[in-house]
Amino acid sequence: MTDANGAIGRSRLERLLRAGQFAVTAELQTTDSADPGSVFELAELLRGKVDAVNCTDNSAAHPHISAVAAARLLIDRDVEPIVQFTCRDRNRLGLQADILGAAALGVRNLCCMTGDDVTAGDHPEAKPIYDLDSLHLLRMVRILRDQGTYLSGRKLTEPPDVFVGAVENPFAPPLDFRPLRMGKKIEAGAEFIQLQLVFNLEVMRVFADRAGELGLLERAFVLPSVYVPRSTRALRYMRDAVPGIDVPETMIERMERTPRDRQEEEGLLIAHEIIQAVRAMPGMRGVHLISIGGDDLVVRLIEEAGLLPRPKLAVEVASA
Amino acid sequence: METNLDRSPPITAADRGSFTKAVLAVEKLTKEKIWDCRMCGQCILHSTGMSCPMRCPKNLRNGPCGGVLQNGNCEVLPDRPCVWVQAWEGSRRLPVWRRHMEHLMAPVDWRLQGTSSWINFWTRRDKHMPAGWKAAGERIGGHR
Repeated sequence: MTDANGAIGRSRLERLLRAGQFAVTAELQTTDSADPGSVFELAELLRGKVDAVNCTDNSAAHPHISAVAAARLLIDRDVEPIVQFTCRDRNRLGLQADILGAAALGVRNLCCMTGDDVTAGDHPEAKPIYDLDSLHLLRMVRILRDQGTYLSGRKLTEPPDVFVGAVENPFAPPLDFRPLRMGKKIEAGAEFIQLQLVFNLEVMRVFADRAGELGLLERAFVLPSVYVPRSTRALRYMRDAVPGIDVPETMIERMERTPRDRQEEEGLLIAHEIIQAVRAMPGMRGVHLISIGGDDLVVRLIEEAGLLPRPKLAVEVASA
Repeated sequence: METNLDRSPPITAADRGSFTKAVLAVEKLTKEKIWDCRMCGQCILHSTGMSCPMRCPKNLRNGPCGGVLQNGNCEVLPDRPCVWVQAWEGSRRLPVWRRHMEHLMAPVDWRLQGTSSWINFWTRRDKHMPAGWKAAGERIGGHR
């Protein structure tokens, strides 16, 4: 857990955060391929550009390659994964089996969430599970890790050694409850929190202030998410089709005023401004970057926002 | 750590007796009418602003998901208000139990679905928790 230079952490991401580095994570594009090469290609693009990569769990309720499998493929290409676990597709037995399995395959970061409902996906006829909610899942991971038992109390031979994360959405009603809910997730076991995509900086500021007052920013590492819009259409899609997202009208107007061929550049600029703004908020410990339809824009954003080179741990510098 | 002995009392012949049936019928009639109760058998209505959390399509017991629409409606049933928005607002109006919205609620015991939460309260069957959950106690969280 401790490296030669005293940086503590179960994962590289945790060690960087504990060392006070501003972390950068990104989301792996979903793949619908049984060919490991499809994940390797994405890994090549992101290696060295981000500190860890989220492997989504049937995102937007569409089946894709298993998050745990994709994570192992990333590890094979020297990219650290964060495996997302949702409560939609597995009951407490399936979840625990996959948490152990993921840890056995070398996964050291988990991120727990409720998950989009099956009605949002391409299999709306499916039976949603929701045996546990995301807070139960968080606590269950901590029981596995810290108590070395299953939820039932039955002993594990070797507990999963994972850094535990959660998500929170500062922008969905009831807004007053959102900081308290993040606090509840921290009580349940979350050590890092990836926030929903930030478009509305006013709401984000109110949330961050309240979280600070509640002392939550000292108890968990909080990383807001930033989206790189390619076009007005992409922004409108976020506002209208993705539940829980708050895109201010002024931002859509700004994109509309931009000629079609320059909208991608404008999107990069918007994302860059949001990164600077959240970075200036006290207690924000990194950013999580998302683009839809290709990681090239995320990589450009990382370059242009001055987030390169990514920090190295002291032990990595010593062995280089 | 014991696991088998920690199980809640099984559903027995007494649960099928006429007294139990009568209580169940009264509970069902009143709570379904007033709160659209889903008879989970482990009622936490007072902790959730008198808004039944089992009406949430995701059966969440600890607050709203991240998909609540900007108008406060449910992402799964967009023409209905989110039961957790109602829970939060309801809890603000209650003279007691307001802080319960911040309490971590235990996982659902699905065996109790359809049974009387009143009887489960008297028999303490609704206090059952998985042994690992119980051992974790009140607080775990945070990174330090």
